[in-house]
Amino acid sequence: MRPSVQEMIAQSKGKKSKKIIEKIIPILLFLIASVSVLTTIGIVLTLIVETFTFFSRVSFIDFIAGTTWLPFSNKEAQYGILPLIVGTLKITLIAVIVAVPIGIGAAIYLSEYASETVRRIVKPVLEILAGVPTIVYGFFALTFVTPVLQGLFPEIKIFNAISPGIVVGIMIIPMIASLSEDAMSSVPRQIRDGALAMGSTKFEVATKVILPAALSGIVASVVLAVSRAIGETMIVSLAAGSTPRFDGDFTGSIQTMTSYIVQVSKGDAGYGTTIYYSIYAVGFTLFIFTMLMNILATYVSKRFKEEY
Amino acid sequence: MTTISPVKTVKESKPKEQNSPKKSVYLTKQLNLWYGDKHALKNIDLDIKEHEVTAIIGPSGCGKSTYIKTLNRMVELVPSVKTSGEILYRERNIFDANYGVEELRTKVGMVFQKPNPFPKSIYDNVAYGPRIHGIKNKKILDEIVEKSLRGAAIWDEVKDRLNENAYSISGGQQQRICIARALAIEPDVILMDEPTSALDPISTLKIEELVQELKKDYSIIIVTHNMQQAARISDKTAFFLNGEVIEYDDTDVIFSNPSDKRTEDYISGRFG
Amino acid sequence: MRYVDHDLVVKRMGGRKIVNYLFKGLFMLATTIALLALAILLYRIVTQGAGNLSWEFLNNFASRFPEKAGIKAALIGSLWLMAVVAPTSIILGVGSAIYLEEYAKKNRMTAFIRTNISNLAGVPSVVFGLLGLTIFVRALSLGNSVLAAGFTMSLLILPVIIVAAQEAIRAVPNELRDASLGMGATKWQTIVRIILPAAIPGILTGSILALSRAIGETAPLIVIGVPVIIQFLPSGVMDTFTALPMQIYDWSSRPQQEFQAVAAAGIIVLMAVLLTMNSIAALIRNKFQKRY
Repeated sequence: MRPSVQEMIAQSKGKKSKKIIEKIIPILLFLIASVSVLTTIGIVLTLIVETFTFFSRVSFIDFIAGTTWLPFSNKEAQYGILPLIVGTLKITLIAVIVAVPIGIGAAIYLSEYASETVRRIVKPVLEILAGVPTIVYGFFALTFVTPVLQGLFPEIKIFNAISPGIVVGIMIIPMIASLSEDAMSSVPRQIRDGALAMGSTKFEVATKVILPAALSGIVASVVLAVSRAIGETMIVSLAAGSTPRFDGDFTGSIQTMTSYIVQVSKGDAGYGTTIYYSIYAVGFTLFIFTMLMNILATYVSKRFKEEY
Repeated sequence: MTTISPVKTVKESKPKEQNSPKKSVYLTKQLNLWYGDKHALKNIDLDIKEHEVTAIIGPSGCGKSTYIKTLNRMVELVPSVKTSGEILYRERNIFDANYGVEELRTKVGMVFQKPNPFPKSIYDNVAYGPRIHGIKNKKILDEIVEKSLRGAAIWDEVKDRLNENAYSISGGQQQRICIARALAIEPDVILMDEPTSALDPISTLKIEELVQELKKDYSIIIVTHNMQQAARISDKTAFFLNGEVIEYDDTDVIFSNPSDKRTEDYISGRFG
Repeated sequence: MRYVDHDLVVKRMGGRKIVNYLFKGLFMLATTIALLALAILLYRIVTQGAGNLSWEFLNNFASRFPEKAGIKAALIGSLWLMAVVAPTSIILGVGSAIYLEEYAKKNRMTAFIRTNISNLAGVPSVVFGLLGLTIFVRALSLGNSVLAAGFTMSLLILPVIIVAAQEAIRAVPNELRDASLGMGATKWQTIVRIILPAAIPGILTGSILALSRAIGETAPLIVIGVPVIIQFLPSGVMDTFTALPMQIYDWSSRPQQEFQAVAAAGIIVLMAVLLTMNSIAALIRNKFQKRY
């Protein structure tokens, strides 16, 4: 006769090690979880420290108010970031013009009109669009969209703001479409049924009932998409050129904050030069822009959350 | 306060004690429990004997589930739970700082409302308890699994499909797998929290028969919302209302001649 | 007297229906444009690059001559990169998720970690490059090695993996936790033996999708100084290397027309790798449909 299970349990070793494990594991996991916090701290500290060095050489006022960005000048380098910001805004503007109507239109179609079958096919396909690497989009902008645009409007140069702007727009469509569709689908069925039962057309339901109810989610999706457009790097590096300019021209070569960082990284600006530190100052500015957008998105979706 | 009932119970069960003196398995003294500000259990005094089926009945929200979950301290998984008073399990206060919950739960098995087998094979489900407690010998495990499945009256139904996923069998069978899983560590007490509420009548009947069978080797405490079930299978019944024990007595007394008006109202179906 | 003139409503209904159909058409058009963009993109790349695909292309190193240029160093380099990124990011991501879902108390610290993760997800990848350059390449003197790039990419996709793992863990029903704890299992035993096995399909799917993002990222690699023209394969994680998107970027930005076709061929290879990874993720998702 074997001993009872309880006796075997009582005899089994490892009780002490069990207790130690139970104590150590939570601490270990907490340390792992704090890596993400450390990453944020690392990013902020890196940017601040190196930017600080940059501002010991270049005046802060010249940086944020200057309208000339000429870091590679042999005579006197100038670091006025406004041209880079203008370049970023040009790309973002075109991207928004392309992506907002298409993204929200697709979201309304998928959430209010499309059959279950269509939705089940289209949504994953849009996800593929979201999964295409940005380098591929950049190649597409440079070798397809730009030549097509040049065919239509000969004044457009090989490097310009329009083509990468459009392609950044295409890149953020899935983001707007999918997040807006989520917001609209989460409006309860009864609200929709209530409006339809009174004789509203689907369009009236969509614009007068669903859109207002899902507005916070839709606005948040657009803000997040704008943040992505501001931070987008490869499309602009390949197709927008590298000419920082402070004007309203979209047809010629421009430079954005991100593509400047790439341009310097590619070249061999030596460690310790002012140019080297300038990429941190530009990166910091970029970081602030995207952070503000992300905070705004969180604020919008929390503050104006609909109660159903 | 109705703390007279336990006293009365002791008196009434005296003749029995002379035949076979039954020891207390769980002795609850002045137990209070709060969920945050909500006072969920109020001054509970209960003396639960070994090798009996003790039923806990009452309307929903009366604290019966909370009480049974307190017996193996599962209730502490809810954040912001506070308790006072004591529960003696085999004469040791389970709230003692150096009483490990794992140790307690190794002695006290639990069967839950919804069948909750692990998404593993039937064999692995039953062998789970012995394995986590350090039993690795394959032969012994085989023995334990068979014995437990037989104990839960489901061996014949599953002996040829021990390696199938436990979710491939019916809900009633799943619940018996869960009972077998609890039996595998040969506990002293089995807590059952409305074990048949999610089952069809035939599966319910099988579980009820099983409870009668298990009584020989285990002490069983069962929470049920079904008064007929309590009447059919239990030796003692405690009636809970608004977090208090209204009456606790032999099941036949509770159902034929309750001493409290509220008990009578409840079992005659006037509320609940 | 009635306030609603039903005859009038019926009369106007026609116009309202036309508006409805008009806009339905417009919304459909919007969806079609998005899908069309994808179709054109894929079509262009395949037609441009397919001619250059060959065994030589896969097996050659980079070259000044378009007809001799190959992608071997980049392809193997990307695999090396993944060999660092996959374990690093999955251990960190799943560990964080277990902490947040199973151990973290509801306090300010936890709320802060959660907010931090969602904000980190919104930081542009080029900024992660700056972090990698400062911390890994310079401060820890890892240089432009596989390890430096791998750590940088791991941090970049960490938020994605954490969120996916959190969702997978949250989807494991509480009843299973109760059953395990009720048998006297410790918390860690419950996590290792019950929760993680049940959550693993979700964790894997999310992780593979996150890794496929890392394999296509270019900007951080440029910033930390990953080179392009490399005539050898890395033999360890401390070696310098190049990766698929870097190679594609280099070919795309060359003036000669021939290199564009080479770049397109490189993109086909990259997309094939991504497609394989996504198919595996979809396969896992379908094979382990929820069983509880």
